[in-house]
Amino acid sequence: MELTELAECVTSLSCLVTQSAAGLTIGMLLFLVASGLTLIFGVLGLVNFAHGSFYMMGAYFALAAYGVTESFAVAVLAGIVGAALLGLVFERFLLSRIYGQDVLMQLLVCYGIILILDDAVKIIWGADFRSMGVPDSLRHPPFIIAGGVVPYFYAILFAITAVIAAVLAFGMGRTRFGRIVRAAAINPGMVGALGINTTLVYASVFAIGAGLAGAAGALSAPIRSVVAGAGVSILIESFIVTVIGGMGSIGGALAASLILGFTRSFGSIGFPLFVEGAMFIIMALVLILRPSGLGGRRGS
Amino acid sequence: MSFTLPRRAALAGAAAITGFPRLGFTQPRQPIKVGVPTILSGRVAQLGISSRNAMQIEVDRFNAEGGLDGRPIELVVRDSRGTPAEAARLAREMISSEGCEFLLDAEASSGGFAVHEVVRETGTLTLHVNSETSSLTADPRQRFWNAFRVARQGIHDSIAGGDYASKVARARNLRRWMTVAPDYAYGRDTTAEFVEYLKHFHSEVQVVGDTWPRLFQPDYTENITRLSQGRPQAIYSCLWAGDLVTFVEQASLFGLFANSAFFAVNMADYTTLQQIRNLPRGVHSGNRYLKNFPNVPGNLDFATEYNRRFNTFPTNWSWQSATAVRLLGKAMRDAGGTTPRAVAAKLAGMRIASPFGADGHVTMRAEDQTLVGYAIGWGVTIPADPFVENMQPSNWADIFRLEAEWKRNKGWN
Repeated sequence: MELTELAECVTSLSCLVTQSAAGLTIGMLLFLVASGLTLIFGVLGLVNFAHGSFYMMGAYFALAAYGVTESFAVAVLAGIVGAALLGLVFERFLLSRIYGQDVLMQLLVCYGIILILDDAVKIIWGADFRSMGVPDSLRHPPFIIAGGVVPYFYAILFAITAVIAAVLAFGMGRTRFGRIVRAAAINPGMVGALGINTTLVYASVFAIGAGLAGAAGALSAPIRSVVAGAGVSILIESFIVTVIGGMGSIGGALAASLILGFTRSFGSIGFPLFVEGAMFIIMALVLILRPSGLGGRRGS
Repeated sequence: MSFTLPRRAALAGAAAITGFPRLGFTQPRQPIKVGVPTILSGRVAQLGISSRNAMQIEVDRFNAEGGLDGRPIELVVRDSRGTPAEAARLAREMISSEGCEFLLDAEASSGGFAVHEVVRETGTLTLHVNSETSSLTADPRQRFWNAFRVARQGIHDSIAGGDYASKVARARNLRRWMTVAPDYAYGRDTTAEFVEYLKHFHSEVQVVGDTWPRLFQPDYTENITRLSQGRPQAIYSCLWAGDLVTFVEQASLFGLFANSAFFAVNMADYTTLQQIRNLPRGVHSGNRYLKNFPNVPGNLDFATEYNRRFNTFPTNWSWQSATAVRLLGKAMRDAGGTTPRAVAAKLAGMRIASPFGADGHVTMRAEDQTLVGYAIGWGVTIPADPFVENMQPSNWADIFRLEAEWKRNKGWN
């Protein structure tokens, strides 16, 4: 433990700025993945263990699109749309058949999808890691704010993820589609009885969830290695977020993602050898004190 | 008087008369199966891929030269996905089910130690071709007759790196250092050894902090901000492959290299150098594999042949793997067979001509069954081919002297 350094950091404006910017970026990228996971669980009741694979596919689609167009905007769009379409295909042909079934069956099918997608990227892009690199147009010196360092590209990432989060919140909270989705999460039978095509709603929700994971993969592709199996580590953290935030709660997922982002960021100063452990301790505390999670409905 | 002709003799005679003199006498010779547990997927898949490729080049050469009295080598390569338990399971399966007579263990250190324990028990002659953790062969408790290391070693790189870095540190007055290294045996040991020798050569150096990302960590932001807060004048890292690429890409965004000199022992490997989109100029790196270091025709030929067959350049793991096959092939021929103890006896102390040697040779040192005499040097990165310039070769006499002291201090003589 290096708590003296942590105390010095939180009382130093430069350190606060640097660590907060890092925490926000880590947290918002995590939120994109976790929000899709929690959305799918909330509406479809499916624990999507293959969610990390859509993150990975988003990164690969972005890499491929960037290779052709050299446009980061097109790359991100390709990552989102590609992952969403892929999600749609898997939902229609595989996952829709196991809704409401035992979690072990869900685990089995999702594991199959993970293996299929991992092998597919190895066949198409090779087993070795790939690097997209930060586009030259976005490669600028970092902002220096009160002595703290905020990378230009991280600021861009934060802005994009914040816009996506706002659109998601607006879409779920203020639109007719959002109301239908929320109603379907509570009582799908009643929604169907009102003449709404629940199959279409489910497919749309899954595609949106996969698209959010794809967005995170595409956005992080320039600064992380793109490699088969990359979804596994992000999936573990996404499950921690989902548990802390409450299964099915988008707002809870946002709060939990930021908590984990800041834990990682400031933990690296104060308890660098226990950052991973701290995340699990937070999860355990939430499970003990508020089993439904920060934003979950009590009794859920 | 009756005369009986044995059936086999009759067949052989008929074959000789009819122009098929070899029919009936030559059976296809049993291949010598050599198991290769390694990593073929994930962020360090290049470790396994480039090891396998180089082994195949040398195996093809060995087989084309007639193998071992007609017996070709057959590689049995399996993917452990970087999981030590899986590496151990694969090693056992290769030995017990697949009939492998030898292992060329091409795992990273974490898996390499797992394989090491398996072959300690089975007595299978094994050459570790990728594990650089010093204790694997330096610690007498880890040593047994059938395990050899054909790879560079952390302590050698650390002495060479410490010497080089101390000279740069003196010239540029770099006293405040930090380290970033993967959190497993190789990262911990190699960093400790580098720091020890940096301070040995330059006692005024202070290491003011460290950070230990886990192996294959997807995001290094937290580690980079920690380094950034420490405001070091210089940073040492033994991150490698995809981990190093990701770290450098992210650290560049924070402007880390504008404020701190960067010493990355594992940077100068083509797969790493070519994957970094904006390779910073002036990173200090140890040689991993460079086609012009040593600058001899044999080394360039190896790179050219590798490039012709696989459309990419070799890695550090490639030259080590190629050397391992050469050593094993020669030891088998010298021993006249594949009896493990006889081959092991030939390997111990073997010296062969090699384009990867500092003086044109490498030696399998008998006392600790590890490779010595390979080319070691440090230089400075530039963004284009040859990627590293001003390579300064290290002196093996100094390395041997300090390594012996290091072992004495650890009680490992």
